[in-house]
Amino acid sequence: MDGVWGDAPAGRGQRPRLAVTVASAELAFRARSLARRRATFGYGSVVLVLLAVSAVVSEVYPRSLIDGLPRVGEYFYKLLPTLQADALFAGTKTKGSFAYWMYRLDAWAWLLFETSQIAALATLMGAGLAGLACFPAAANLAPNRAVYLVCRRTLELFRTVPDIVYALILVWAFGVGPMAGIFAIALHTVGALGKLFAEVVENADMRPWEGVRAAGGNWVQAVRFAIVPQVAPNFLSYVLLRFEINVRGATVIGFVGAGGIGQELYVVISRNYYEEIGAIILLIVLVVAAIDLVSERLRNAVVGRE
Amino acid sequence: MSEVAAADVAAWKARMPRAFGPTAAGRRRRWLGAVAFVVWLAALLWWFDFSPLRLWNGLSGLLVILRQMVPPSPGEHWDMILWGLCESVAMAFLGSTIAVLVAFPLGFLGANNVVVNALAHFSIRRWFDLFRGMDQLIWALAFVRAVGLGPLAGVLAIAAAEIAVLAKLFAEAIENADSRQTEAITAVGGRRILAIRFGLLPQVFPVMLAQYLYQIESNTRSASILGVVGAGGIGLQIAERIKVRYWDEVLFIILLILVMVAVIDTISAMVRRRIIGA
Repeated sequence: MDGVWGDAPAGRGQRPRLAVTVASAELAFRARSLARRRATFGYGSVVLVLLAVSAVVSEVYPRSLIDGLPRVGEYFYKLLPTLQADALFAGTKTKGSFAYWMYRLDAWAWLLFETSQIAALATLMGAGLAGLACFPAAANLAPNRAVYLVCRRTLELFRTVPDIVYALILVWAFGVGPMAGIFAIALHTVGALGKLFAEVVENADMRPWEGVRAAGGNWVQAVRFAIVPQVAPNFLSYVLLRFEINVRGATVIGFVGAGGIGQELYVVISRNYYEEIGAIILLIVLVVAAIDLVSERLRNAVVGRE
Repeated sequence: MSEVAAADVAAWKARMPRAFGPTAAGRRRRWLGAVAFVVWLAALLWWFDFSPLRLWNGLSGLLVILRQMVPPSPGEHWDMILWGLCESVAMAFLGSTIAVLVAFPLGFLGANNVVVNALAHFSIRRWFDLFRGMDQLIWALAFVRAVGLGPLAGVLAIAAAEIAVLAKLFAEAIENADSRQTEAITAVGGRRILAIRFGLLPQVFPVMLAQYLYQIESNTRSASILGVVGAGGIGLQIAERIKVRYWDEVLFIILLILVMVAVIDTISAMVRRRIIGA
């Protein structure tokens, strides 16, 4: 095949053929773009119908939106503090100062610290259990297929139930307070980290493993001396990532009575203490951002050292 | 002979102390670290009141609950449970769609190859970060207060919480796009908007679509709990049954949520394979 354009100048007789080729190519192109447009239209209308059904099911009517959205704006506007430029740095007694707005900063700071420690302890517990469960849940280390499947499915089960549902149940068992929250977040973390850990283990180099096994080491020794040194940095990085997620989770776990800043936030929201809501949300966002920043640095350092 | 070897060992030990195990300073640091860790752990356990008695009582209480959970039962109001599931899926779908539609222009605003001004880029990105720090449940609680109980608050909460996340991801996708294609459009005389439409959009569209599908999956999970604070969906059903301790129905709902999540994941994987081919 010489290419359509290549044999064009060969003789006068060739020219009509070229035109025919171009015309048929053009036709094919049009047909394809028409087909594509039809497919887009078809899928688009399916999506639109689904959206309309969803809107009806979730009670999102134009009427409720028109009524609701201004109230949303109004509500979030009320959360903003009334600060006065001339009194910004005055004491707690002066209206319009930062100190007046954040008048319970000491209590809130302590609750935020508690929240971060709930997240830390829960992450530690979850990571500890996940670190034990991940080796039999890795396809390359599991003694047999049954153990592998059971471990994987169990981790999946733990992962799919949201931590707030665990918290709702555990508050009944352990009573109101941080303990229920810690166990709730830890349970979800086991599932989430266990899967990630197992995937890291599956990607590990198996030659050290064979070396330890050949030298007479048993399964536990082989895991300890051949696999753990390889996977430890990645494990640590995932643990830090999970810690960031769990800090977010711990801020709301208090909504169901499981400790932390969430309990206080729930109270001020239900009592409509607007400026306090704004203050607490701002503090949460700042703390979460700060923890993310530090954790991100640590993660980069850990994985970079590998 | 052995004296020579011993001298050799000593010489090598002096030259490469780290090859013979941790140094004295290193060992001291490790030891201190371990002590600090144990002290921290003990302080936390004491602070949060992890007494053996409480643990024992809690675990036996949990055992009672677990025993009452099996066998799971739909209870009398299974129609409300099913409706709650439908509501959750609808909330996730609608909320994700709204979030994607709003995040789409924001993503372009946050990309440093579209908004070139460094200060503007920096401040827009920090706004995204700020909003990402708020958990969906906080949004849900606030929206319930603003628009009242019901799924509308849930839809708004999902959309509000995901806009910042998606805007950041979109902005990153746009920044990672190949600049030569937009340059080509500009070179043949295309205006800026045309360069974005034909040079940038085809590159980032698959990423955005993948993100959209992923958001639907992940929001189906979170939409199942927004009801706990009154924002509609299956979470309301589960919270009500936990309040009155109908544990068998609770387990039934949890299992239904697992099935629902699996079904949505499968559908999403099918759509993804079909459209993106990956």
